[in-house]
Amino acid sequence: MQIEIGVVPQYTIGVRPERFICFLGILCCLLFVGQTHAQEKKVEPGIDSILPVNLEEVIIVASYNSTLEHRSQHKPLSTLDEYLESSRKVNMIKRGAYAWEPVLNDMSSERLSVTIDGMRIFGACTDKMDPVTSYVDVSNLKEVHVSGGQQGAEQGSVIGGSIDLKLEKSDFVEKGWSGSIETGGETSNAARIFGGELNYSDAKFYVDTDAIYRKADNYSSGGGDEVAFSQYEKYNLSTNAGYRVSEGKKLSASFIFDEARDVGYPALPMDVSLARAYIASVSWSQKSFLKHFTDWETKLYANKVTHVMDDSKRPDVPIRMDMPGWSDTYGLYTQANLNHESHRLLLKWDGYYNRSLAEMTMYPQNPDENSMFMLTWPDVRTFNSGFYAEDMIQFKTGYLKLSTRLAINMGNVADEFGLNSLRIFYPDMPQRKNRFLKSVSAQYYKDLDKFHVNTGLSYGDRAPSVSEGYGFYLFNSFDNHDYIGDPELSNEKALEANAKVSFKGDRLSTSIEGNYFFMQDYILGEVDPTLSVMTIGAEGVKIYRNLDHAHLYNISWENEYAITSALKWTGVLSYHRGIDNDNRNLPFISPLAYNSGLQYAQHGYTGSITMKGAASQENFNPDFGEDKTDAYMVFSLSMGKKFTIDSNALYVKLGVENIFDEYYSTYTDWKNIPRMGRNFFMTVSYAIN
Amino acid sequence: MKTIKLLFAALICTAGFVSCSDNNNDDDVIIEENPLEGYNMLAKLTANTHSIEIYSEQDQFTIGYNELFFRIKDDGADTYVSNAEVSWMPVMHMTEMQHSCPKSSVGVTDDASVYSGYVIFQMPGNDTEYWEMTFDYNIDGTSYSVTEKINVLAPADDKRRVTVFTGSDDVRYVLAMMPLDPQVAVNDFSAMLFKMESMMSFPNVGDYSITIDPRMPSMGNHSSPNNVDLSYDASSKMYNGKLSLTMTGYWKINLKVMDGNDTLLKGEDITDENEASSLFFEIEF
Repeated sequence: MQIEIGVVPQYTIGVRPERFICFLGILCCLLFVGQTHAQEKKVEPGIDSILPVNLEEVIIVASYNSTLEHRSQHKPLSTLDEYLESSRKVNMIKRGAYAWEPVLNDMSSERLSVTIDGMRIFGACTDKMDPVTSYVDVSNLKEVHVSGGQQGAEQGSVIGGSIDLKLEKSDFVEKGWSGSIETGGETSNAARIFGGELNYSDAKFYVDTDAIYRKADNYSSGGGDEVAFSQYEKYNLSTNAGYRVSEGKKLSASFIFDEARDVGYPALPMDVSLARAYIASVSWSQKSFLKHFTDWETKLYANKVTHVMDDSKRPDVPIRMDMPGWSDTYGLYTQANLNHESHRLLLKWDGYYNRSLAEMTMYPQNPDENSMFMLTWPDVRTFNSGFYAEDMIQFKTGYLKLSTRLAINMGNVADEFGLNSLRIFYPDMPQRKNRFLKSVSAQYYKDLDKFHVNTGLSYGDRAPSVSEGYGFYLFNSFDNHDYIGDPELSNEKALEANAKVSFKGDRLSTSIEGNYFFMQDYILGEVDPTLSVMTIGAEGVKIYRNLDHAHLYNISWENEYAITSALKWTGVLSYHRGIDNDNRNLPFISPLAYNSGLQYAQHGYTGSITMKGAASQENFNPDFGEDKTDAYMVFSLSMGKKFTIDSNALYVKLGVENIFDEYYSTYTDWKNIPRMGRNFFMTVSYAIN
Repeated sequence: MKTIKLLFAALICTAGFVSCSDNNNDDDVIIEENPLEGYNMLAKLTANTHSIEIYSEQDQFTIGYNELFFRIKDDGADTYVSNAEVSWMPVMHMTEMQHSCPKSSVGVTDDASVYSGYVIFQMPGNDTEYWEMTFDYNIDGTSYSVTEKINVLAPADDKRRVTVFTGSDDVRYVLAMMPLDPQVAVNDFSAMLFKMESMMSFPNVGDYSITIDPRMPSMGNHSSPNNVDLSYDASSKMYNGKLSLTMTGYWKINLKVMDGNDTLLKGEDITDENEASSLFFEIEF
């Protein structure tokens, strides 16, 4: 099946239309059949994920409609954050039970591109309480594509990589009406989850709608202590529709509304009363274009994020404050493939315009005193436009992928008040700042029968984020410092090398993968002892600076062994290290971590036992609030059964996480807030076909 | 919308002015040509067939620095007198004593019928103690004098913009902050320093130095970076510097005054133990 899809573009050119339709029909059937009969592996109809030259991880997100996928998922209705955390490459920084921040190759938000179906979107919180991943839910998604380093350059100018959240679409599969309802519950935080989906799809038109609601109370840590302010409530509605204008020409649109209220952040001094996003897009795609081009896709999109921090529920704060933030992004991209002999070219042009504004109003104890107001993000307008090109060259037993991205990035502080505020620190600061960003990468794959070798070398840079460039007294509760941006920061650059050797036997697959980033002008907050703190109780003020250089190493060893056709063992061991030019440890670098699990799937039954843990964090940095996080090991268990009622499927899954109720926190836990203790969960899905 | 608002404001101002003038039975033509239109008339002193109209951008005589404009009107001829020789003297009548305050000499503006200068009141009047303003002027060789009570009030926000202190040299000084429209930015910041030579004489003091340390007591005594201490500018007779304000709200500008030999006359450094200087100004916005 993979081969057939790979072949499509080459055969479609010059084939008579009848045959083409016929072929497409067969393809659709195959896809459909594939979806219902595939066992463990899910096939993604995009070519990129199939070609082994891309060291890309695809995280399958279980959907209501394809309940079989639940088998491979330990906990089907878990949050997207939990899905991402279960991946091999992504770690999640936690400030509470909600809105975790993805980390890839030891790098988080500002060094990654997190996109929704290729759309750029930026959180509206100055304190990273709303990563992009918090504005979608599993109900919206089919899968998540994780690409490390410059292999993520297709999505934007990145250092650490890209995470593209792919929306689920019926995509003209002739199924007619279908729907499902799903519900789940968990014991530790009394989480209640309700979801539903209603879709219609035929060859000419499809429309998908889904809704999900989650509400959770405070969770309990291992040992049974309640973690105060860890509650959350959120709902998400989405719809997407497509219309086949004519053969090979599709018009589609999608819309997501996501709103979270009353979200507690136990590790932070403030909670969130509202986090809301509207995410919309319209796209046009065409099978062939200008004779030689194929798979032309153009998308226009817009999104609007509102984030309101709130401390009204905290009993004891030195000063009451309001901290709303807004982030609006408008963008477009257009891309097409060009195949010529052994070359497969992808050309993409993209652009976005983002407006980030955040304010802070503090209310003095003395009610007669005026409130204190500042702009923490001074209405920063970022215009970014880039051109990406890659050439996949096929050899007899391998591929070479060459890619490049060239982009301009223009920053403008639109608000006079904000500009004057920053000019307190930088008197000669210009209102506008233009940057030129570039990335080049070469990735080589060689197939040596049972062994496979991937290797790559690349270089890329990125512009500072809004906070790094223009943040004004942003309080970081982890290291207890106020942060100030520097608009004159140099671009951060990374030279990256990666390699992977894998072995695929009949039963055993094993691979060792490593990468190394040599970062120049690494952006990090450094204490400026001359500055006076703003936040009451803060220890000092840090200014974002370019470190001369830093090194990041990531290495992982993955194994999979099929004990029987129904029983599979997996095991992953990973090690990360990050140091700067003075041999100081960089913050948020994982210690030695491992996980291991057994998965069983046969005759409608599924089951899994997993163990995960980490060694103690020896390489921490106390300047960033880190301490030596202890080693831990936790176990989880789940089992599921599929029942068939008429032609509909009922799927029940039960499980328990942290079986031994271990009290632990990991290096990603902000201020060492403890993880959830023993937690039983149950999900019930009913799919109506 | 903004333009409309401005037009409205202008209209209302004009209307207010016209209605005022009607009460004064003045000629409309003269009033319409009033070079002080837009200013507030704070007082009108009448004597010797003249009236002296005192205007200011402020709406009251306030403790601290007052920039004043005035015109001498010949009530008989219904005209304004240009190029008169004028001097003025504000005097505070206290129960025990009388004293004056720092002031400039009287100058003439571009319009020869408009005189200007500044007065720095150190204290407000009250029921028993009051300020009197005396104008001595000479028109065509004839000298006149007029004295009338004026009402000096504390500023509406009650923030300190002038401070009287005895230095370590046992001299009494008056330090006044120049009017400031504070912004979250680096603000130009100026002050004037006077020595109290006698009850009635307050000469300007130059070549001292004044340090500033702005603080927000409500924010754990947060301070701001890149302030520039005040240094003397002989041409303007002011001490000029830069004041950074990182947010709106209440700021205490802690001060230290040093003489020409860098000897501390008044004020203390801000430390963890000492949250404020005894010498300070206040700003709230």
